[in-house]
Amino acid sequence: MNTTPVLQKPLDSSPAAIVPAQAVTLHVNGEDHTLQLAPWTSLLDALREYLDLTGTKKGCDHGQCGACTVLVNGKRINSCLALATVYQGSDIQTIEGLGTEEELNPLQQAFIDHDAFQCGYCTPGQICSAQGLINEGRAKTVDEVRELMSGNLCRCGAYTNILSAVMEVIDRQAVVNNGTLTTIPA
Amino acid sequence: MNSFTLTQATAIDEALRDKASHDNSAYLGGGTNLIDLMKENVARPTHLTSLHKLPLSQIERAPDGGLRLGALATNAETAYHPEVEKHYPLLSQTILAGATPQLRNMATDGGNLMQRTRCYYFYDLATPCNKREPGTGCSAIGGYNRIHAILGASEQCIATHPSDMCVALAALEAVVQVSGPDGERRIKFEDFHRLPGERPELDNTLQPGELITAVDLPEKGFAKHFTYLKLRDRTSYAFAAVSVAAALELDGNTIREARLALGGVAHKPWRSKEAEALLVGRPATVETFRQAADQVVKGAVGQGSNDFKIELARRAVVRALKQATEMNYELDENAFLNSNP
Repeated sequence: MNTTPVLQKPLDSSPAAIVPAQAVTLHVNGEDHTLQLAPWTSLLDALREYLDLTGTKKGCDHGQCGACTVLVNGKRINSCLALATVYQGSDIQTIEGLGTEEELNPLQQAFIDHDAFQCGYCTPGQICSAQGLINEGRAKTVDEVRELMSGNLCRCGAYTNILSAVMEVIDRQAVVNNGTLTTIPA
Repeated sequence: MNSFTLTQATAIDEALRDKASHDNSAYLGGGTNLIDLMKENVARPTHLTSLHKLPLSQIERAPDGGLRLGALATNAETAYHPEVEKHYPLLSQTILAGATPQLRNMATDGGNLMQRTRCYYFYDLATPCNKREPGTGCSAIGGYNRIHAILGASEQCIATHPSDMCVALAALEAVVQVSGPDGERRIKFEDFHRLPGERPELDNTLQPGELITAVDLPEKGFAKHFTYLKLRDRTSYAFAAVSVAAALELDGNTIREARLALGGVAHKPWRSKEAEALLVGRPATVETFRQAADQVVKGAVGQGSNDFKIELARRAVVRALKQATEMNYELDENAFLNSNP
């Protein structure tokens, strides 16, 4: 496991730091990063402002839009409502960790194939959320995907194509195995 | 957000001690409501006792045949737990009617009970609010009150409790297990949340420092005849205008036992035992349901913009009871199986 040097960046936009920052080691996309963080630094701010992982977006910053969705231990959460320090020791995966430019995650390829975005701002959150949805294995129909993707807003209104993209990956990964649907690991 | 210190407790007694040793402190569970309130400066604790590391996430059979939900089990883990899906499908359905997958993955069962109202004036620091700042007045009375209470409100506060999950817990007669400076105690669900009265700043009957450690479900889960009917402005990710949890035990067409609780109408999940009493021993017909519905909204008072909720609640009760009666359990069980590979 690579450990990067301690990063210190005075970029926290929170109120004046009268509480000393503490060393927090976050395990992000397979690598450990030790940061000096104030207790109130959100996981979202830690990723964007301290680790320069700006793929994860800040939309509403109140858990309402889903732009900040990341995977923690394989489960999708709103990183804007998560205090980074609490997630020490968790396996955090962002859009940067889902695929590479050379080898796209199937969801990334499907979003391109289906033109599932316009401005693209919500896209990293949509894709991380869709990966969480696939990990959960609860959604198989269009209606189920619609309901279980409702935590991700798209102000451009690209929902139709987002739905097509997610459905394509779900359909491709689902196989009939002993009469039940299972998901092939990526 | 104001600055604060944070401790990550690893045991219940450590959490109790840590919170007690800091003024203006709060317990941090999943954070989906508290962190948001802190960003809005509605909540301004100067110390957080984080509960993430406490060993309270199990969901397990209780000795009395019921099910114990650890306070830190997430809403998602609870809704999709095989025991909950099988024996308490009303609870599962109700949890899944609320929030989003992301929020349900973070939000804890204990935290769900502790969430604050979504009254817009409570969130708006520029307006008076007796719940946020006691004695300043209620801006919702005479203001915009479309989402506000029609039952059990007071002249001090007409806020509603926002939870879906708690509506099912009220119907199922859950018991809240708490630990505090004076030891452990159990609180019946109907006694956990309170009406605003003269103290609208108090949402529940927890004493200072007390911590929810578990929510216990009694053995009876009403898995054959139940429904959670949630009516809202859009079909996903919205708080209830009115919701109804209905659970019945039928003997042929005769109602043997009934549970009825409403969300979105009061400062607490609104269980109507009077309406339940009207249902028991009666045939499960629309006429019976109408009488129960009339009983539920007896005494309901509109505030102007929310007048519609009275008729909506009445009709929702009838429809929920009808759905609960007519549901074909075999079909429904298959539906659950299909969603559970």
